[in-house]
Amino acid sequence: MRISRRILAGLATASLAVTATSCGGGGTSGSFDDTVTVGILHSLSGTMAISESTLVDTEKMAIEEINAAGGVTVGGKSYKIEYIVEDGASDWPTFAEKSKKLIDQDGVPVVFGGWTSASRKAMLPVYESKDAFLYYPIQYEAQECSNNIFYTGATPNQQSEPATDFMYKRSPAAGGDFFLVGSDYVFPRTSNTITKAQVKQLGGKVVGEDYLPLGNTEVAPIISKIKKALPEGGIIINTLNGDQNVAFFKQIQDAGITPSSGYYVMNYSIAEEEISTIGPEFLEGHYGAWNYMMSIDTPASKKFAKSFKERWGADRVVADPQESAYNMVYLWKQAVEDAGTFDDNAVREALVGQKFDAPQGPVEVMPNHHLSQTVRIGEINAEGGFTILEETGVVLPQAWNQKHPSSKGFACDWTDPSKGEKYKL
Amino acid sequence: MDLLLDSLFNGVAIGSVLLVAALGLAIVFGLMGVINLAHGELMMLGAYTTYVTQLIFKIPILKPFYNSYIIVSIFLAFIVSGVVGILLEKTIIRKLYGSPLETLLATWGVSLILQQFVRSVPLAYGTGLVISLIIGLFLPSTFPLKIKESINFKYFKFSSWILAALTGVLTGSVISSTVSKLSRASARNVDVTAPSWMRGQVEILGTAFPKTRLMIIVITLISVIAITLFLNQSAWGMRIRAVTQNRQMSDCLGISTEKVDIITFGIGSGLAGVAGVAVSLLGSVGPNVGGNYIVGCFMVVVLGGVGNLLGTVLASFGIGIMTDLIGAGRLLSIWPNMPLPLSNTINFFATTSMARVMIFALIVIFLQFKPTGLFPQKGRMVEN
Repeated sequence: MRISRRILAGLATASLAVTATSCGGGGTSGSFDDTVTVGILHSLSGTMAISESTLVDTEKMAIEEINAAGGVTVGGKSYKIEYIVEDGASDWPTFAEKSKKLIDQDGVPVVFGGWTSASRKAMLPVYESKDAFLYYPIQYEAQECSNNIFYTGATPNQQSEPATDFMYKRSPAAGGDFFLVGSDYVFPRTSNTITKAQVKQLGGKVVGEDYLPLGNTEVAPIISKIKKALPEGGIIINTLNGDQNVAFFKQIQDAGITPSSGYYVMNYSIAEEEISTIGPEFLEGHYGAWNYMMSIDTPASKKFAKSFKERWGADRVVADPQESAYNMVYLWKQAVEDAGTFDDNAVREALVGQKFDAPQGPVEVMPNHHLSQTVRIGEINAEGGFTILEETGVVLPQAWNQKHPSSKGFACDWTDPSKGEKYKL
Repeated sequence: MDLLLDSLFNGVAIGSVLLVAALGLAIVFGLMGVINLAHGELMMLGAYTTYVTQLIFKIPILKPFYNSYIIVSIFLAFIVSGVVGILLEKTIIRKLYGSPLETLLATWGVSLILQQFVRSVPLAYGTGLVISLIIGLFLPSTFPLKIKESINFKYFKFSSWILAALTGVLTGSVISSTVSKLSRASARNVDVTAPSWMRGQVEILGTAFPKTRLMIIVITLISVIAITLFLNQSAWGMRIRAVTQNRQMSDCLGISTEKVDIITFGIGSGLAGVAGVAVSLLGSVGPNVGGNYIVGCFMVVVLGGVGNLLGTVLASFGIGIMTDLIGAGRLLSIWPNMPLPLSNTINFFATTSMARVMIFALIVIFLQFKPTGLFPQKGRMVEN
């Protein structure tokens, strides 16, 4: 829990300034020496717009907070942050194209963007070839470690591994068999490979696994399989995507697969935002695992939720992806100030080791460009939030998962030129 | 026995979703030969109608009747999608009969427009718009014959449209001020919650069946029976069949083919709306909900034989049962000691994604041998 005094002081001024401006009705007219323009690149149209627009809202909020607190100070000069928002349109090549535009045409020093792994994979070659820098805020399947991407979401060992451990050892279905359900794309398949290896190590059994093609909402065959494989109840690990969750939970409840009959679902893609869409009445008693949950009872977490609601409406919620997006803007600001320049390479060096008192608790940037984070297991309650049951200490990120057969024994370290992207431990 | 019953039920449940979704298309595509790519979006409108009805039934005055909202929404969805379908026919499709490629492109465009419409227009005003369409289209036909034949009928027609627009705006603003959830546009998916009597399971012959699935099967059966009776017993049904078989001859014999087209398309679209109600019980309601079903619908109609309702029924239940047999790996539980290579193959296909691949492959193979589907159109058809 070591937080530098400078950051605390910064936060205090930030919150003061925010209250000051909200009283004055917005419109900060602080005196800045100069401006710096950053890029924000998320889908504002198409399937992903619903999720990704919440990140844009959060990033705008973080930027305005920083501006209200005096902007970024580089070399004694204060810079006001301005932003260009580009629409990735839920189309992966568009993400690459807009990245090129932001880097070449607008000359932004940093891009905050992406949600799906597919969009990140499409952008990666652009940032690597132009040696630019992308900040990516989503929990993902890892197995990637780029020198030009900085990942503020959880890696599997910061989400699914503690969750599997909890389900097998301490949940009401402890010691039970596992059934894995997911949408048919890279994240669920990688995540489940890791889960299967882990369940084997723990001495448990995975009795079934099924993937629903994206867009398909016919869950009947999966339900009959679950009933056949787990007749007396058990643990279901769910990595379904978006609205497929609605179909899944509605139909399993109708089929009698509920916590009261011994079936417990652990979810990796359902945060507060999704709970309100699916309806808490279908989810109550099931579990979720995240780094940030809105119910965290700390001043930092409450302040984060409060300022978001003040800015965007009282019915809005904050969730883990938004918290990651919020953190990355602040971490970039700190790194720039430490580096004393907006230059990519200097910022990249200054970034590793940055600490930030995030809404989830302290986070620190590791040499593999991922964050050390706290993992929380929560039970979904009737109010549509999580009741936090467990909290780990700070967990270090593994860019190369140690349970996945293809990456076991490898790690990533960008601070040491002899190690780099993937080296043998 | 238990296993058989369970499997049969699952197959019928999956099949009935396919059937109710494809039924409207079987009429529009099967009888009229119109490739309507906006069929999925007409389903979506039905699903949104269910959502709006659900919220309106939460208003204090209507609250005591809340449990029956799902029944009401079936009729409303039929009307809403039917009216939008009629408008679509009158404005776009009528001009494109006989040119399938243009119809395909135009209806695809309509589907995009409808998707964007529900994203960016508050549902309260969307409801208002639909209400004015209903009034505007149907009010003039309720006038007495004397007015209809008078020279000033166009003024009556015009003023009824003004009345319709006013009513629409009024209902729109009333709904938006009473139901706050409908007053803002949102691209977010929404959720239809089945009333409490439709949730949970019922036990029949010792096996538990989910009630929503049973409800969908009932909706499907009623729609199929109603449409069969309509086509075979009513006067308009006979006219529709006559026009399907020989348009020019029917025209010569005094059947108004224009009216027949409107009615056929309206009924097909209305059935899509009913399918939307069924689908909203299974998953969430969003702008893309219909798009997920459109390929399955065409598949069922082509497999069943274009223009044949019985074929559509058999094809959807066939696909449903096959999906369950392959996707849930039923054969393994029927015959547990089968040789290893065979059981491995079955296991490989026993996931939802692979089952879909397998079923598409089987359909392609089937169509190689019977290109016109299960029940090809027999008799004397006049092709254009």
